Amino acid sequence: MTQSAVEIHAYSRAEKRHTWSEMWGMIFKTLWRNKKSRVGLIILGIFILVAITGPLLAPYSIADTNFATSAAPSARHWLGTTQAGQDVLSQLIVGTGDSVITAFGVGFIATLLAIILGISSGYAAGWLDDILSFITNVFLVLPGLPLLIVLASYAPGKGIGLIILIVGFTSWPWGARVLRSQVATLRSRDFILAAKLAGDSAPRILVREVLPNMLSLVIASFLSSSLYGLLTAVGLEFLGLGDPNAVSWGSMLYWAQNAGALMNGQWAWILAPGLCIACFGMSLVFINFGFDELSNPRLRGDYE
Amino acid sequence: MRYFLRRTLFLLGTLWVAITLNFLIPRLMPGNPASVMIAKFMGRGQQINPQSLHAIEVMLGISHASLLSQYWQYLGQVVHFNFGLSYTQFPYSVTYVIAQALPWTLGLVGLSTVLSFIIGTSLGILAAWRRNKMTDSVVTSISAFTNAFPYFWFALAAVYFLSYLHNWFPLTGAYEIGSTPTFSGAFILDVIRHGILPALTIVISSMGGWLLGMRNNMINTLGEDYVLLASAKGLKSHWIASMYVARNAILPNITGFAMALGFVVAGSLLTEVVFAYPGIGYAMYNAVINEDFPLMQGIFLIIVLCVIVANFVADLLYVLIDPRVRRGGES
Repeated sequence: MTQSAVEIHAYSRAEKRHTWSEMWGMIFKTLWRNKKSRVGLIILGIFILVAITGPLLAPYSIADTNFATSAAPSARHWLGTTQAGQDVLSQLIVGTGDSVITAFGVGFIATLLAIILGISSGYAAGWLDDILSFITNVFLVLPGLPLLIVLASYAPGKGIGLIILIVGFTSWPWGARVLRSQVATLRSRDFILAAKLAGDSAPRILVREVLPNMLSLVIASFLSSSLYGLLTAVGLEFLGLGDPNAVSWGSMLYWAQNAGALMNGQWAWILAPGLCIACFGMSLVFINFGFDELSNPRLRGDYE
Repeated sequence: MRYFLRRTLFLLGTLWVAITLNFLIPRLMPGNPASVMIAKFMGRGQQINPQSLHAIEVMLGISHASLLSQYWQYLGQVVHFNFGLSYTQFPYSVTYVIAQALPWTLGLVGLSTVLSFIIGTSLGILAAWRRNKMTDSVVTSISAFTNAFPYFWFALAAVYFLSYLHNWFPLTGAYEIGSTPTFSGAFILDVIRHGILPALTIVISSMGGWLLGMRNNMINTLGEDYVLLASAKGLKSHWIASMYVARNAILPNITGFAMALGFVVAGSLLTEVVFAYPGIGYAMYNAVINEDFPLMQGIFLIIVLCVIVANFVADLLYVLIDPRVRRGGES
């Protein structure tokens, strides 16, 4: 390394620039300090715990169909039973697993695509940026649910993996657009220039310099795509385009609706999965409030 | 002018992508919709006579020509809004079915979207103005909740409590079963009576987005120097809020509103399924359930068309209401 390159590297260290571990610590601290996002983190933690330990927590096995059918809530079955004689509470608890996996699976695929397309589009500029931006905008405009319905009804077979894939592959554009504009502003910063002059390759700069500095945006877009993914997957399952044999919050709603649960007075069967979805989603929205305030100090107000 | 040209190109490009996707998806996926249909026509396990099979294929417009020539033919049909015949509502054409359903959707969801925008934006202004007070945290928490629950679940609960338990509203449909749509006063009242609950559920569930967006824009604008100057001049605070801050903060919301009007047709799906409302969304749902592929794809294209045109209008509107965009070219 030449003398000047060393100097440039030293300069880039001194400038405000964050490494991976610094960023994670900072994000968690800020989120925990914010009242709303702390509540969000706690609720999310509980859901993840239930998702992992689900089958152990459930009072009955979900395969057990020996109970009275379509029973109203009682002491033995807190949320009643299904038309096939399964315990609704057990389904709810075990179904948490698949639902959380669906949410985060979609979030992961969508965010990964958003990172790849958004960052290369923002960093490259020129014709590559034009093409990628065009693709992003097109998919941003195409209405999600109808497109998914068309895809899902032609797709071979039905399953949670398939749902995650098609929802994930159609929900990246928002994230890509947000990340692209952030990279576009980072691109001209001094520490990026320094790394460029030091001869670092583009992928190395993107991973080591750019990504850590927009980690909060990446996580925020992961959380919103997860919420969007869960709601969309639940909608598809409710319409009967999911796997009817899988146990998840969405398929519970599908069966409850098909069995006319509300008209039989089995309100708990429909209310419970919806409330779980709403609470899970709300925890993500609350955590994102924290991120909004992290990236936009004006929203922070004086004291929360 | 250059801006206008770019937006027009984008409009046409998006339309082309949507039409091509619509063409490719069924052809690239394994399984043949024609065979599904024929199995349904013939009944399971029966031998299909090749001649009758061919007759059905011709009737339903299924061709064995090369992909490219099919594509050309398809493009020509789409330009003339010819989407073929519906499988389930045979012998009606897809265009006819869509034309029957569209007014219901535009009336119900369109009106609800306008209401939701007005109420949500006003509450957003209020929340930003009373930032860090009770009103703000109550209003934002509620809208975070309404943003996070699945719409159809909320609608189901509303039907159960308000229509089933209390009989305040009709359970389903757009009008009393058996009556024929006319422009008589009694029929219009009946339609309004059936529309209140679905409209209410749409407004409540979509208001949150407008509210949060407007609140954040307001708070950003409140930090601008000219707002500080205005309060230093001693102007009344509600005057500043409405004439200085809200006027500028509402810009993104207005373009969002133009977009939302395009999504009216797309967003109607779950509402109409829950309420069995005879609009576009319900028609698409029935098409999916009954594997009526031409109808499903025709509706998909109409939905896409609405969204794209609304997006185009939103872009043009932005130039009209925000001079900064006009000067800076594409922002």
